[in-house]
Amino acid sequence: MGLFSKIKEGLKKTRDSVASKVNMVLNSFTKIDEELFEDLEEALVMADVGLPTAERICEQLRAKVKEQGVTDPQEVRGLIKEIITEMMEGGEDLRISTSPSVILVIGVNGVGKTTTIGKLAAHLKDDGKKVILAAADTFRAAAIDQLQIWADRAGVDMVRHAEGSDPAAVVFDALTAAKARHADVVICDTAGRLHNKKNLMDELGKISRVIQRELPDSDQEVLLVLDATTGQNAVNQAREFKNTAGITGIVLTKLDGTAKGGVVIAIREDLKVPVKMIGVGEQIDDLQPFDAKAFADALFNEEEER
Amino acid sequence: MAFEGLADKLSEAFKRLRSKGKLTESDVKQAMREVRLALLEADVNYKVAKDFVAKVTERSVGSEVMESLTPAQQVVKIVDEELTALMGGENTRIDMASKPPTIIMMCGLQGSGKTTHAAKLASLFKRQGHRPMLVACDIYRPAAITQLQVMGEKAGVPVFEMGQIDPVKIIKGAMRFGKDHGNDILILDTAGRLHIDEELMNELKRIKADVEPNEILLVVDAMTGQDAVNVAKAFDDALGITGVILTKLDGDTRGGAALSVRAVTGKPIKFIGAGEKIGDLEPFHPARMSSRILGMGDVLSLIEKA
Ligand SMILES: Nc1nc2c(ncn2[C@@H]2O[C@H](COP(=O)(O)OP(=O)(O)OP(=O)(O)O)[C@@H](O)[C@H]2O)c(=O)[nH]1
Ligand SMILES: Nc1nc2c(ncn2[C@@H]2O[C@H](COP(=O)(O)OP(=O)(O)OP(=O)(O)O)[C@@H](O)[C@H]2O)c(=O)[nH]1
Ligand SMILES: [Mg+2]
Ligand SMILES: [Mg+2]
Repeated sequence: MGLFSKIKEGLKKTRDSVASKVNMVLNSFTKIDEELFEDLEEALVMADVGLPTAERICEQLRAKVKEQGVTDPQEVRGLIKEIITEMMEGGEDLRISTSPSVILVIGVNGVGKTTTIGKLAAHLKDDGKKVILAAADTFRAAAIDQLQIWADRAGVDMVRHAEGSDPAAVVFDALTAAKARHADVVICDTAGRLHNKKNLMDELGKISRVIQRELPDSDQEVLLVLDATTGQNAVNQAREFKNTAGITGIVLTKLDGTAKGGVVIAIREDLKVPVKMIGVGEQIDDLQPFDAKAFADALFNEEEER
Repeated sequence: MAFEGLADKLSEAFKRLRSKGKLTESDVKQAMREVRLALLEADVNYKVAKDFVAKVTERSVGSEVMESLTPAQQVVKIVDEELTALMGGENTRIDMASKPPTIIMMCGLQGSGKTTHAAKLASLFKRQGHRPMLVACDIYRPAAITQLQVMGEKAGVPVFEMGQIDPVKIIKGAMRFGKDHGNDILILDTAGRLHIDEELMNELKRIKADVEPNEILLVVDAMTGQDAVNVAKAFDDALGITGVILTKLDGDTRGGAALSVRAVTGKPIKFIGAGEKIGDLEPFHPARMSSRILGMGDVLSLIEKA
């Protein structure tokens, strides 16, 4: 399936979605007034953008409407999408040009880290890269077996230790293996951890330091995986993971559901971290590059109208 | 942190109310705007928050409150009462079958915590003197069965599996096995699925029709945003859930999803999960959740101050 078509498919089935209500509103309004702005703000909040960010977007919209002398409500939709696209654009590419380079994948529990790694490994391998996975979630039940299945599916190597062993040691071994085997990319899976747990965050800090020490001159990506179903707490998650491990990008997963993941707009605004990829399913090819315009379109559910 | 600022704002709003001898309707409305913001920041669904604030406002501007000696206290009390009521006080117990086995089916979105909580429940029942058995019905997720086996071992509870065949067949097999081995409770761990995935939702409907579980528990991640209502409603419409388990409350989410889920399904939250370990399961306390959602340590102490 093509870019975002899966999301749209999901959105089509959204019952009672405020976004589609707003589309109705836009179609029925004859002039641009406060009520219209309020409905748009409501739609943004329903998409998990958060009230403060929704208000900020609507303020920009008011200014744009005034500045450009727009009077047709139909044009408003385009303007708001423009604003969101501008906010979200830039920084989507993965920086992995050195061999080896390292991708560290982190996030809270159950968001889709391991699955994303499986998909990404397959994708990079298709691009002709030699990939090694590091099974550094040594904590969760059967996490290593789960990653092994993904490694097999993708046809890439994996470095593993026993359950309960030191995750930093797994990463160290994977980096050593990557150097010895001339691999291009090492992708490190980590255990899910809540950002308010100090000891678990310290463990992550330790993994980061191992990578810094072993491959100081390599390209490194630290990807925070966020579940699109998550609400405003995702801002806290991003802030804490950024402080501990210096995230370079976000992977927004589960966009094949009905949630729209609007909280990434607040994260981009507050923390300046770009979204790099999106997850749209549980299959190996359900990973897509992030496209700011398509994301803005999906927020307002335009497809339904056509 | 943003949320603390909000809690401060909220107590400010209540303090302002308190400082007035008599309240006007606009005083109340101003305070309610703050309450609404608190609810939205806590990921309470937009419509639920709107209805809630309307209801509290209606009660607050009534003559008993406005003309009472302590109007501000009354308003805070109404907020707390309504919130607690919305979350429901009554039945938090599991409905046991009059004739064993009791069958409990876990269901929910991907990664919400079904497998972990199936094992936690099993451990709880075991400690209560029952002889529970876990049944591996997730035939899709890589290493799902191994994960349940590891968790089952930690709980000291047997795990029944038949590989990746039709879940209904697995459950029938488990019922026969359980009968021979004296297991009085069967807990079904099902695969994570999207509420809009018709095929997989039908699988659950089929299980329901064939084995008539005593409990169908929806497992909801407490960090869920605005989409919680769509998810809960879809699962409830399809299956008639009997209760909810709210997970990952050991994070710093305010957990407004609790309110949304409760409001759209009317089904009780039976347990909360606050950790990855087998013992991290607690009964649900509506009053504590109410304080958490509003971002105040203790709403009642605010009433005393007011
Ligand atoms: N629908 C959907 N499901 C997904 C997506 N990505 C992952 N999942 C599912 O979400 C669940 C959790 O995924 P994992 O990859 O195990 O998540 P994790 O972050 O590694 O989890 P922990 O290691 O336990 O913290 C699994 O059932 C996955 O199949 C996605 O983009 N869409
Ligand atoms: N911190 C915390 N983590 C939890 C809690 N409950 C579950 N988890 C973690 O969340 C992740 C997902 O939990 P699972 O039990 O695998 O979730 P699931 O719903 O069975 O996932 P799928 O089968 O993939 O749909 C794992 O890393 C669990 O350890 C909780 O209450 N607190
Ligand atoms: Mg994982
Ligand atoms: Mg599971």
